[in-house]
Amino acid sequence: MAKVLVVTSGKGGVGKTTSTAALGAGLAQMGEKVVVVDFDVGLRNLDLVMGAERRVVFDLINVVQGVAKLSQALIRDKRLENLWLLPASQTRDKDALTDEGVGRIIADLRTKFDWILCDSPAGIERGATLAMRYADEAVIVTNPEVSSVRDSDRIIGMLDSKTVKAERGERVEKHILITRYDSGRAARGEMLSIDDILEILATPLLGIIPESQDVLRASNVGSPVTLNNAASAPARAYVDAVRRLMGETVTMMVPVERKGLMNRLLGRRAA
Amino acid sequence: MINLLRLISGRTASAPVARERLQILLAHERGLRGQPELLGLLRAEILAVVSRHVVLDPEKVIVRMERGKHVSTLEVDIEVPNGFERSRAAAV
Repeated sequence: MAKVLVVTSGKGGVGKTTSTAALGAGLAQMGEKVVVVDFDVGLRNLDLVMGAERRVVFDLINVVQGVAKLSQALIRDKRLENLWLLPASQTRDKDALTDEGVGRIIADLRTKFDWILCDSPAGIERGATLAMRYADEAVIVTNPEVSSVRDSDRIIGMLDSKTVKAERGERVEKHILITRYDSGRAARGEMLSIDDILEILATPLLGIIPESQDVLRASNVGSPVTLNNAASAPARAYVDAVRRLMGETVTMMVPVERKGLMNRLLGRRAA
Repeated sequence: MINLLRLISGRTASAPVARERLQILLAHERGLRGQPELLGLLRAEILAVVSRHVVLDPEKVIVRMERGKHVSTLEVDIEVPNGFERSRAAAV
């Protein structure tokens, strides 16, 4: 049965789009049929991170308004044949999205895919509430930082009250994905610890993605990090998170700083 | 090891401060959450009950809640027009 998963956070810049692309590609690499849907109307970026920016013809709003058919707006990934993208509109205003329209598209996507990943815009406005509206599960992307944790708490409250599942008295299954984790700063006590974050948010952990140059490099070339450099630390962390989403039990690895002797002597930070 | 590093660097860890500030803040914010909805619900139900007996101007029904450290107060302020009994008699 199809699963609708919203990738959300409240706060901007924490890694929602990167994580949507990486988790979507990771699931597709495991043989699942996946669509990633960009809900950031007016500020779309998932197309860019997926490397499909020049192939966008129709978008989510066109489908909501009946200008285009869903099949016309879906873009198939060039690397993975079972990965698709439904882009957001760059020009329309976000009010063009309606609850009813989004509900129709999600219902349609459910008949065609195993996983529907909704990349939420930042904030708690219409775009964000519609991205989570029909979700069965939620990945809350959180940085180990006070402002991000506070916003995650707010989003958790919304997932428990404003979703269709919550209104039916059911629960949206929630997971915390910690991104931009810097083991050096954690060891020096300069960053909220994983345990602190999980205790405060009282939500289970899906994965810990280390801060890494590989993430930036992957988005520079328009490739999800799990595809661009599968051996890199963030890619491996995302693949572990994907396995957990699929119900496997995978031991949680807390990233540790790997410093060479020279780097240590020179005081350089490991990339 | 961590403490040793801290001694050498002369810095104190700021993470425990972050954790404590967040815990206090979120305890407060979680309390506020959903409160507007609760008040709206109370207001609608109080209005419905009183309206069964008295003709009311819905705008003149004010429901307010104040959260104190130990007790909270619920204030209900309903303005009833003079001669409401007559209007009630007319309604019946």
